[in-house]
Amino acid sequence: MANLAFHAPDTVKEATELLAANKGARPLAGGTDLIVQMQSGRMAPEAIVDIKRIASLGEIREEADHFAVGAAVACTALKDNKALVDEWPGVVEAANLIGSVQVRNRATMAGNLCNASPAADSVPALVAAGATAIVAGPSGEREVPVEQIPTGQGQTSLGDGEFVSEIRIPRQQKGGSDAYLRSIPRTEMDIAVVGAGASVTVDGSGTCTAARVAIGAAAPTVLLVEDAGKALVGSKLDDGAIAKMMEAVSAACKPIDDKRGTVAYRKTTAGVLAKRVVEIARQRAGEN
Amino acid sequence: MNAPEPKGSFKQVGTRPIRPDGVEKVTGKAIFGTDYKAANMLHGAIVRCPHPHARIKSIDTSKAEAVPGVKAVVTGADFPAIDDVMVRTGEVASSTLDLAINIMAKDTAYYDGHAVAAIAALTRQAAIEAARLIEVDYEVLPHVIDINDAFAADAPKIKESIETAGLAEGEEGRPNASLKFPSVKGDPDAAMAGAAHKVSGHYSLKPVHQGYIEPHAAVATWKADGKLDIWCSSQGAFDVRGLTAGVLHLDIGSIRVMPLEIGGGFGGKTTIYLEPVAALLSKKSGRPVRFVMTREEVFRATGPAAGGEIDITLGADADGNIVAADIEFQYSSGAFAGADTWAGVMHSVNHYAIENFKVVGWNVLCNMPKHAAYRAPGAPQINFAVESAVNDLADKMGMDPIDLRLKNAVKPGATGPMGNQLGEIGLVECLEAAKAHPHYSAPLGPNQARGVACGSWMNYGGPSTAAVSLADDGSVLVTEGNPDIGGSRASMALMAAETFGIPYEKVSVTIADTSSIGYSMVTGGSRTTYATGIAVIEASKGVIEILRDRAAKMWECDVSEVEWGEGEAICTGGENKGKTFPLTEIAAKAGATGGPIAFENGVNPLQHLPGYGVHICDVEVDKETGNVSIARYTAVQDVGKAIHPSYVEGQMQGGAVQGIGWALNEAYIYNKDGRLDNAGFLDYRIPVASDMPMIDTVMVEKANPGHPYGVKGVGEVPIVPPLAAVGTAVSRAVGKPMRSLPITPDKVQASLNGG
Amino acid sequence: MSRIHVTTTVNGDAREYLCSPNQTLLDALRDELGMTGSKEGCGSGDCGACTVVLDGEMVCSCLVLAGEAEGRRVDTIEGVAEGSDLHPVQQKFLENAALQCGFCTPGFIVASKALLEKNPNPTETEVRYWLAGNLCRCTGYDKIVRAVMDAAAELRQERTAA
Repeated sequence: MANLAFHAPDTVKEATELLAANKGARPLAGGTDLIVQMQSGRMAPEAIVDIKRIASLGEIREEADHFAVGAAVACTALKDNKALVDEWPGVVEAANLIGSVQVRNRATMAGNLCNASPAADSVPALVAAGATAIVAGPSGEREVPVEQIPTGQGQTSLGDGEFVSEIRIPRQQKGGSDAYLRSIPRTEMDIAVVGAGASVTVDGSGTCTAARVAIGAAAPTVLLVEDAGKALVGSKLDDGAIAKMMEAVSAACKPIDDKRGTVAYRKTTAGVLAKRVVEIARQRAGEN
Repeated sequence: MNAPEPKGSFKQVGTRPIRPDGVEKVTGKAIFGTDYKAANMLHGAIVRCPHPHARIKSIDTSKAEAVPGVKAVVTGADFPAIDDVMVRTGEVASSTLDLAINIMAKDTAYYDGHAVAAIAALTRQAAIEAARLIEVDYEVLPHVIDINDAFAADAPKIKESIETAGLAEGEEGRPNASLKFPSVKGDPDAAMAGAAHKVSGHYSLKPVHQGYIEPHAAVATWKADGKLDIWCSSQGAFDVRGLTAGVLHLDIGSIRVMPLEIGGGFGGKTTIYLEPVAALLSKKSGRPVRFVMTREEVFRATGPAAGGEIDITLGADADGNIVAADIEFQYSSGAFAGADTWAGVMHSVNHYAIENFKVVGWNVLCNMPKHAAYRAPGAPQINFAVESAVNDLADKMGMDPIDLRLKNAVKPGATGPMGNQLGEIGLVECLEAAKAHPHYSAPLGPNQARGVACGSWMNYGGPSTAAVSLADDGSVLVTEGNPDIGGSRASMALMAAETFGIPYEKVSVTIADTSSIGYSMVTGGSRTTYATGIAVIEASKGVIEILRDRAAKMWECDVSEVEWGEGEAICTGGENKGKTFPLTEIAAKAGATGGPIAFENGVNPLQHLPGYGVHICDVEVDKETGNVSIARYTAVQDVGKAIHPSYVEGQMQGGAVQGIGWALNEAYIYNKDGRLDNAGFLDYRIPVASDMPMIDTVMVEKANPGHPYGVKGVGEVPIVPPLAAVGTAVSRAVGKPMRSLPITPDKVQASLNGG
Repeated sequence: MSRIHVTTTVNGDAREYLCSPNQTLLDALRDELGMTGSKEGCGSGDCGACTVVLDGEMVCSCLVLAGEAEGRRVDTIEGVAEGSDLHPVQQKFLENAALQCGFCTPGFIVASKALLEKNPNPTETEVRYWLAGNLCRCTGYDKIVRAVMDAAAELRQERTAA
């Protein structure tokens, strides 16, 4: 790692310029992936651009139609925003399953997204919530659904000089809520063997009017299972609809055998977790 | 010499004072192996083979040597020629040649991570960069890792030199088996044929690592006069000295090892990896050299405990007496011989009084790091099979699992595995205590099930040296040579205080380097409180003899008229009858009465006793995901006399949790190319705090007559029963035998879904 | 690689050091400042032995670059006791025999103190989940959890008395 440069800009513009100037530059937020990869030799950046001194990136703004979560907001800080916790408990709990408390005091959802691990915990919940990412780059900003950021294991759609500066989550609908669960062998500290995030909106009669189900660690990138959502919309989230949803989930999964889990286990458990998160989301939605 | 003091009369022993090294450890001041720095020292890095088996055709170090700051490079060729001698690495026997080759490969590398070269440079960064520039030309060879693959009759031989020892006349060995060890008693075939009830099973275990949180570290400085100083964290500075002398062909006395605090060992730090490498680099560079392993190196190149494949059949009569056992198993020892096969055989059924058994153990080599001792090495694996089978037998016969064990438990007077007569052992008392414990009769919740298992470990005594000296003010200074891994300084101070009859606070304990005290065997083998304790007690008694002598001088009486009471000499005859001299007063007059008061002695006590434990485990299973959680856990153990009860409880709890991790989650995972896939704490999954409940402990104190205060070894027993206790509980919850460890959620789910 | 000059606050004192851009805060504390109380058990954020408090939040110092500490506040195990007065967490670890080898202990003490400052009355489950990022191989966690609950009770009592 000869001549590694360390920068700590205080504006987004400066950050994009530094990233654009050096193809080997990497943005640093929490560092809980980047630093691990540098130490193991998996990543050898030529420059580090620490975004944590950019004031706006450390804030959560409550706008009329969305939450704007700055890319430098640590996972634990999400829990301090009452409105976010009320409206998207699943997103907050997903982000707060990553690693340990020590890790979560540094890790960010933007970093979790851009690290592009298929098993990232915050991503299925963000996808289920219909979140978008603000991509800052040399030619300005663009907004994309979060599921378009990771393109494969460790790969993103970000171009030269670009980084995710903000995650936007729509304000919650009346009668809507979400949940996230993951399968791990221990109780903490593991990478998800499979993860499921769901958001549902239920009307006064108990009918589901909107649903999104996303599965993690069952494919190279997060799966937004459209058929799973379709199976739920229009139903009363009864056993039959749930069973159809589970089938859609299992059918959509394209997992692999690896050191953390088997194909069979991931397929089966994805369905189990999807059922459970839909149930939790429904209960929460009923209270909303 | 070893008659125990009357029960219940102890003042210090059995209390729970704060340990003498406690404040340093809670304030971060204690210097562990990874903390030590020597002036002007260089930093080392090791080049490791990335193939599971490869011939080393050539090593080109020229580019590395040209890196600025690099001061020395060594390869296997720099190690001296040595004779092949068997030595003890803790509780495991090793050949010095194997040890040396494991430390650094010569012409062949035998596992992913095998050291092939090393660099010393001004900075760690420079050493790592230079290490990347060393060019090794490998010829990759076929490898075997899975024990079944390695044991196959047509397996590729990982070393030409492997010969199966222990074969009977005309018997066939196996290409990678270094040993076949049978133990037969009575007529097992006939007894099995006549058994009213039989159970059988095949059990599998993966290799596991000791998992100490502190990586290996050492600093070595080779001085111009050929003397070698080493600072390291280890379980025994004397064995570091002896093993290093053996590998480097040096006189033992030319090496001095300074023991640093140790961040866990569990047997894995009773051997050496870094010290000779650091020494040779220091010799070449003329400066101290420091090595600290990364976590990845710890997993790729140290430990592990043997994996096992075990076939067992047990036969019982209609009343529940186990009349026959037929067991055959293989243990994997990595790329070198020595996998505790003997210990596995000896701990298979020795906790039961079985008249007829045939136990055959094989030691199998494979392309993994050289196996190292791990807490009761060889016992947990075989015990998993035996105790699971005993539980199957209880189920089959409709007998309570503890009652079945009570019927067969070995009792005082039985013959132990070494052929010796067993004295005051306490398995029966432990079983009774477990049966009477509220846990055993507590109702189970939904999706919960219970498993019970018992086990034993032979423990040990062996050689230790201790010295006791007095300061002028009566302070008592104990010097011994056993690193304090779990509170042993406190235990030594308690035993010395008890012997003198003085407060614990008046005793200080120092762990000395190898030139400052006589030889002590490792802190391990469940021997320290027993054997080093005896050394400390005997040294204290030696000082007391001197104190009596000095008092007699001052009273001008015969020493037979001086007794030792609670911290004081008492005159029992003549004109001074009834007078006392407190220790402090005699000490103050040491100069005038003959000089400094001190006594050192070496002991080799072998009246230790095996320890026994009974564990009760409740699990809760998520029937859809297969996740297993431990709902409740109780560990009962025959601990002899608990010198410091908190630290005895700590051993029971720590060992139990290691066993639970072994049962549920821990395993080495190699990919198809023979490379280790989980060389870190992320994917080598040891229990975390949220995984565990409180671990209730019951200490059954049945004193060992072979120790003045009744001590029995306690450290290793608690890792033996948990594997079967957990395995049986999950099997019951699932309704199917779970015989392959680790019992991960996918295995549970597959079983539940009919797989 | 040219070195970065960092000015930071460690345990309330203004400190400075030189570091390489890829050095971690753990390296800087241990090697540049000689503060070896924080330990490296894994170097990858999986064991918590390197736990320090950075700007009031506990983190793994092996996952913080040394350069990031510029202008920030770092609190380590060395600053937990006040002079030679142990913090109740430290005292309760000793009384409850919550350490065997002691290597993981600094990380646990920093993490436990951070917990009790946030949540003075944690349940056993809350303690265990908070400390899930700190590995111990010796104790099985039982006595550690008891020590933390004991310290919590002591601190609550001190607060009521004050």
